[in-house]
Amino acid sequence: MSQLMQEMSDKALARNIPLSVQVDLTYRCNERCVHCYLDHNDHGEMTTAEIKHLMEEMAEAGVFILTFSGGEIFLRKDFFELLEYARHLTFCVKLKTNAVLIREREAARLRDLGVESIQISIYSHRPEVHDAITLVPGSLKRSLAAIRFLKSQGLKVTIANVLMTGNMQDYPGVQALAAELGVKCTLDPTVTPMMDGDRSILKLAVDQSALRQVFRDQSLVGDADEFCAIAAPASEDTLNSIPCSAGHTACYVSPYGDVFPCVQFPLPTGNVRQQRFIDIWRYSDRMNDVRSIRLKDLTTCTSCTHVSSCTRCPGLAFMEGNMRGPSSQDCEKSFVRTGVPSANMLSKQRPAANLVQIQTLPALAMA
Amino acid sequence: MSRLYVARNPRAAARSLDGEMMIMSGRDSTLFTLNRTATILWQSADGTTPLDEIVARRICPEFEVEPGVALQDAENLARELARHEIMQLSETPIETKRNPPAGDAR
Repeated sequence: MSQLMQEMSDKALARNIPLSVQVDLTYRCNERCVHCYLDHNDHGEMTTAEIKHLMEEMAEAGVFILTFSGGEIFLRKDFFELLEYARHLTFCVKLKTNAVLIREREAARLRDLGVESIQISIYSHRPEVHDAITLVPGSLKRSLAAIRFLKSQGLKVTIANVLMTGNMQDYPGVQALAAELGVKCTLDPTVTPMMDGDRSILKLAVDQSALRQVFRDQSLVGDADEFCAIAAPASEDTLNSIPCSAGHTACYVSPYGDVFPCVQFPLPTGNVRQQRFIDIWRYSDRMNDVRSIRLKDLTTCTSCTHVSSCTRCPGLAFMEGNMRGPSSQDCEKSFVRTGVPSANMLSKQRPAANLVQIQTLPALAMA
Repeated sequence: MSRLYVARNPRAAARSLDGEMMIMSGRDSTLFTLNRTATILWQSADGTTPLDEIVARRICPEFEVEPGVALQDAENLARELARHEIMQLSETPIETKRNPPAGDAR
């Protein structure tokens, strides 16, 4: 983040302004990615008019960065109408797509409409691996063709790769592909539970050994020793800081109008079909509850060695049952990164230790 | 002497954050914040009002500045914003069909 953007973000935080919002236009999709957390059936998406009205409310509320995502955004027949309206309202528009439906004409239109950037999911440089994840034969070929169309229009593209057991060995290939295409590349080792709470897809996540390899890869993390070092004890300022931007300067709106603190934080705070966006943002009890949390308020994590360096996601913690609690997936990452177990991991070991101690007491008494 | 017309570049993104105008260049995503004078210029840049009129009607009354000096400063500022593709400049009125709103709903 640039210094100026950080300043604007700080200002938005101080003024309670939702600087950045992701709107999922649909959960329908033309791919069936094995790790996807969404229900792809349409349960009553917002209409064109409803989304336009929402955009007007968001502009009024001060939203600057508007991310359109899904599902697959190009499955909405009104996609370009919505995009045109978003740009008319002078949002900085970012897109997340699999790009399968983008050809020369669509790429040129995206350029004309002044889209800021497009994030495209690519899981491998090998069709047999990528297509086995999307479950759509030929999808890698089409997504890569789209990236070339977009680049030829001078648009900014980022490849987003999710690291899983099925593509673990291919991330260097994806990085090389990104370099060849002249685009950025991100790698995320987090598999998110289904929105209904089903955690079965977490079995697709890479194991600790693979994660360790990633955290030691200098092409990803820079100085691996520095990246894997144990952080200094948390300062007072750190403990008084917010966990992340969710509910503070950012939020998420589903295709059905439900507002959440983040796409990965399924705590419903209101619905824009019933309330004004700004009223949900400002006055929702749940949003304000999320907003009230500081690192010092976290159960377990406050006493953890990793509290100042952990990637703890409040949404993942919420999905585990407590938004003030730890996120086990992030505990595991901190452990793999540094070799030091988190406070959460240690607390889970403690009952066994207590049991041993209870058993020894009678023995001592008998002696 | 020819007059200068200014219009907001439709490729730029803009929003007023508590009175401070944030603009993102459509060319390279560089973020700018505009000071009070630049904000007035941005808000007034409809493509059809000549720059000297914007200066006379909007800037001079606000800042109590000599009109000639204000016009020169405004022209320099407009050229600087045009260099970053935030604004468009022309010696003839600029087609306003695609001229976006100023992004200052707040």
